[in-house]
Amino acid sequence: MTAVPPPVLAIRDLRLAFRGAGGESEVLHGISLHVNAGEKVALVGESGSGKSVTARLAMGLLQGGRGVRVSGSILFTGIEIAGGGPEIARLRGTRVTMIFQDPTSALNPTFTIRDQFRRVLRSHNADLGAREADAIAEAGLADTQIDNPRRVLDSYAFQLSGGMNQRVMIAMALVSRPALLIADEPGTALDVTVQAATLKLMHDLTEKTGTAVLLISHNLGVVREFSDRVYVIYRGSMVEHGTTGQLFRDPRHPYTRALLSAVPRIIGGGLPRIPERSPEFASPLVVHPGCGEPGERRAA
Amino acid sequence: MSAILEVERLGRTFVAGAHTVRALDDITLSIERGECHAIVGESGSGKTTLGNIILGIHAPSDGRLNFNGIPLPDRRPRALRRAIQLVQQNPLSALNPRRSVGASVRLPIDVHELRPRAERNARVVELLREVDLDPRFARRPPRGLSGGERQRIAIARALAAEPELIVLDEPTSALDVLVQARVLDLLGRLRREHGLTYIFITHDLAVVRAIADRVSVFQRGRLVETGTVAEIFAAPRSAYTRELIGAIPVVTEEEARLRDQIRPPATTASAA
Amino acid sequence: MTTLDAVPAKPARTGSRAWYVFRSNPLAVFGLIIVTAIVLIAILADFITPYPEHLGPIGDFAAMSAPPGGQYLLGTDTIGRDLLTRIAYAYRLALLMAVVVLVIAVPVGVVVGLVAGYMGGWVDYLLMRLTDIFLSIPPLVLAMSIMGFLEPTLINGMLAVTVMWWPWYARLIYNVTRSEAREGYVLAAETVGASTPHILFREILPNCWPSILTKMTLDIGFVILIASSLSFLGLGVQPPTPDLGSMVADGAKYMPDAWWLTVFPAIAILLVVLGFNLVGDGLREAFETEV
Repeated sequence: MTAVPPPVLAIRDLRLAFRGAGGESEVLHGISLHVNAGEKVALVGESGSGKSVTARLAMGLLQGGRGVRVSGSILFTGIEIAGGGPEIARLRGTRVTMIFQDPTSALNPTFTIRDQFRRVLRSHNADLGAREADAIAEAGLADTQIDNPRRVLDSYAFQLSGGMNQRVMIAMALVSRPALLIADEPGTALDVTVQAATLKLMHDLTEKTGTAVLLISHNLGVVREFSDRVYVIYRGSMVEHGTTGQLFRDPRHPYTRALLSAVPRIIGGGLPRIPERSPEFASPLVVHPGCGEPGERRAA
Repeated sequence: MSAILEVERLGRTFVAGAHTVRALDDITLSIERGECHAIVGESGSGKTTLGNIILGIHAPSDGRLNFNGIPLPDRRPRALRRAIQLVQQNPLSALNPRRSVGASVRLPIDVHELRPRAERNARVVELLREVDLDPRFARRPPRGLSGGERQRIAIARALAAEPELIVLDEPTSALDVLVQARVLDLLGRLRREHGLTYIFITHDLAVVRAIADRVSVFQRGRLVETGTVAEIFAAPRSAYTRELIGAIPVVTEEEARLRDQIRPPATTASAA
Repeated sequence: MTTLDAVPAKPARTGSRAWYVFRSNPLAVFGLIIVTAIVLIAILADFITPYPEHLGPIGDFAAMSAPPGGQYLLGTDTIGRDLLTRIAYAYRLALLMAVVVLVIAVPVGVVVGLVAGYMGGWVDYLLMRLTDIFLSIPPLVLAMSIMGFLEPTLINGMLAVTVMWWPWYARLIYNVTRSEAREGYVLAAETVGASTPHILFREILPNCWPSILTKMTLDIGFVILIASSLSFLGLGVQPPTPDLGSMVADGAKYMPDAWWLTVFPAIAILLVVLGFNLVGDGLREAFETEV
């Protein structure tokens, strides 16, 4: 048996609970997922499914908050980060980076793009000279097919369009050649033509840098175009997992089927009647043949 | 088929600081009674501006609107305010957090005195049932209600005015896909049952395909193309329409093939 | 065929959510204790003070300027009146005054803010420039100027403070209105054809209550402070009516020997301002916190 390189991200039986005024409520009920080096994996769910908090936990952003309880395992390149801590704080922004839904508001309005690039680069390498940093930044922007990188570097986020800011954010996220990029609903705030271009860009660029991607989305069409493997999450539990081909051609879980049939078709034929909620949606996890968590190989 | 709304050479100019923006330019369009007419475009297309002018929120700079054959004045009299209603994009902001759901739905009935006082609450219950909500929703505040529930309450409020035309400005864009499907289904049913006309503003062409009869495509304030939904998808005339169709994220291979046939030849990704 | 959606459980009312946050804040609770104590003292002054007859100009001449202790817990003033009793009654007067001032100033300010904030245009300009004029004059100076035209009495003192208080509410509600006017429910009401008074008072105003309530609570302490300052300067209440500011002023002459004549009334002012401040801050946090 050939040795399989360890996954870049391996989440095992992750549980998350928040303590508030009315007691404690569990938001994630023991989910597992993994992303291998260079792979593009999507986590699909509706609002309240827990997909966004999963992304944030993978970045070490929620751990340690007031009233937050996390259990289970999150291994990032073999390092345990489920409890947060200085390790993930060091890796964040360099080995694992994130891009967000609304690019313009995710960038700091009081600094030029150049300044923000310098910060990102210097946190990876404190001795980096200004001119070197700018050269790397320019090259990074040019990779995102921005025609005039120098002009963009001199600008502030509010002077640039949403699509441009999205490219800037992607460039910044990939400039340190991270092992994993987490993309939280990228392009949702953008026009559909700009979103399509952005996704293609993200696809090509991560191929080039060898960065694995965890895509968080509610949009099944985007997921289908972009990812290799898909996890479907419903109310804090995983319900289906398969390759993109398997999931879209042969959806097996009632929730996945409902989601797919609810997407309006451009072929026409109106919309079928689907229940918004159903006890069937809580059926147990369905895993397609050949997929499965590391250490948990399932037979077809 | 008579036209319920006619738009004649409509234009709207905004002054923003030093710039003059032509949000709408020379728009001529006709909305048939009883149809679901989609207005499609991306940001800056002018689609929301058009909706606002139809609702009477802004006055046009040029051209005019005819409603049932009669020109629409800039300052609308009360009767016209009843006949054209709005369902907004953001369900979280559309309901007054300090008023009960019932009070919000009852507002048009109170303003236009559509029922005697004693019957108004019963009418609210009727309207809530029409949008598949338990009447007990009436007594509670909107806080804690989901986007889908709020949107249905907003629809009930629009219906309360007994309108002829409803402008829906991205009514499902902020909703999850299952919720969207339910709301679109409801909207379709209500239109048929009440003989309503919809102007459905959206950026989502797939939704248009599913629910609209005719569609008008807008780009940067101009009307680029108009026709039935079947026509536009089978044989779009303008390159921009092709580009829009080509960017739709589809979920089946059949659709992907169809879309890729329509998509214009590969453009470089410098569109941003 | 379609089943109706079940109603989700009613959320806790704004009041009980706010109370939950409020009572988790130790400083706010502390302030509430102080305020409750002061209000109770003011209401029950007739019953709980040891020497209610010292309210007027007659004291215990045998015990003039007696230091604190024994019969007279906080000492007596220069004509033998029990300080504790007079402070309790002074509290009553101060609170009453604050309530009257706010009951008049707040509605005026709120209406100005609502109208200016919603209507915009020249109405906005006119009303807010008027408000700005009042706001640009230091409060005490404005009150003093007004008192310059009037006889120094309790009523006139209250009038002066009222006149300079409403602009703060106008500005507060103006800001809240401008922000609320952009919300979808206001657009919905306009589209439906609701009248402007309906939109102002039935749609926007209910969303202003938390801000108004918070500010009113904070203001009680400040109104009392300004009123005390006026009477400290001899421009407010006249003797023999007990007033905290006058007591501080009168006692200042006898410092440091008969220190209690100034110190206790001053502490009394401090406590009431502190108490309402802490409660007001607690309210602000309570209303702003999303539970």
